[in-house]
Amino acid sequence: MTGHHLAQLNVGTFRFPLDDVRMHGFTAMLDSLNEVADNAPGFVWRLVDDGGNDATAIRTSLGDDVLVNMSVWESRDALWDYVYRSGHLDMLRRRAEWFHVPKAPFQVMWWIPAGHIPTVEEAVERLETLRRQGPSPSAFGFRDSYLPQDETPLPTA
Amino acid sequence: MEDIEAIAVLQDPVRRRLYEYVAAQDHEVSRNEAAEGAGIQRTLAAFHLDKLVDAGLLETGSRRLSGRSGPGAGRPAKLYRRARAERQFSVPARDYRTAADLLAEVAEAARLDTELQAAARREGRAARAAAGPAGDLAGAKALLAARGYEPRTEGDVLRLVNCPFHVLSERHPALVCGMNLALLEGLIEGTEGLRARMDPRPGLCCVVVERSKNNER
Repeated sequence: MTGHHLAQLNVGTFRFPLDDVRMHGFTAMLDSLNEVADNAPGFVWRLVDDGGNDATAIRTSLGDDVLVNMSVWESRDALWDYVYRSGHLDMLRRRAEWFHVPKAPFQVMWWIPAGHIPTVEEAVERLETLRRQGPSPSAFGFRDSYLPQDETPLPTA
Repeated sequence: MEDIEAIAVLQDPVRRRLYEYVAAQDHEVSRNEAAEGAGIQRTLAAFHLDKLVDAGLLETGSRRLSGRSGPGAGRPAKLYRRARAERQFSVPARDYRTAADLLAEVAEAARLDTELQAAARREGRAARAAAGPAGDLAGAKALLAARGYEPRTEGDVLRLVNCPFHVLSERHPALVCGMNLALLEGLIEGTEGLRARMDPRPGLCCVVVERSKNNER
């Protein structure tokens, strides 16, 4: 989509501390999956913590046991193909081993002007909007197919 | 065209052969290639291909096969590929898809991944027991073809062109693709030197079956 990119955040409450041996299957996959993402068609940006290669050290207002994963893509299809049509699917298949059953929506996406890098706070706000109001053009999931022009611009402060 | 009419178009054995040939290729197919593939004359193939297009079973695009363009490049050739739309007809009327989608939605919300995978593995093993061991890659290919996966051999790997659970797998990928892998693991396990593994690619089933590099189990 020219002029716009798709930002996404997904979160998960881990069942064991990250250095627990029961999380090893998950942590062992991270580097190679991130490399696949970095080289995936349509990949734009992903959140990385200071000094790391991933976002596992980042905590938000969602809680100390909640991992965040955040990235920007050129299109919904590019994101879909990475999440569900790459080695990443093999990780999703085993998610129940490492993450608690989510009680609320755990992923959100929204359109951003190309070139904008969203902050984690902005992303968490979008997730909370989705949790509060359900899908809308400003916070939606894979099931919904909103386009960039669907969003009513927020009044500029 | 209604599903039952579209399906009835495949009753003609020549059309069915053409349809199956086109569906099995990894590229769009010209009239000439389809005719050769089905072992019939080009004009007859053209007639039946158009019937299949009218029925919505095949789709057409056109491209200049010469790779040239502009005046003198010749008329673009009509190319055929399988249509994406699904056709089904049941007597008496049944609606397992809605039921499956609802069940999957609930299983997804409750994260019953592990339980579903265990059930799928049992199902795969039971099917293997009924069919007899696959034996080798060719045997596995026949077994997978019988279950609708449309396997294609690429060296030591069987790529599965069709996902029998397509709509469900698009709606609940993590749940349904995990189920699918477990089902195929159950079906393949015990066949010496073969394994099923996840290797999702756009447009294909999420699993491949391949010769294992060594005999580790």
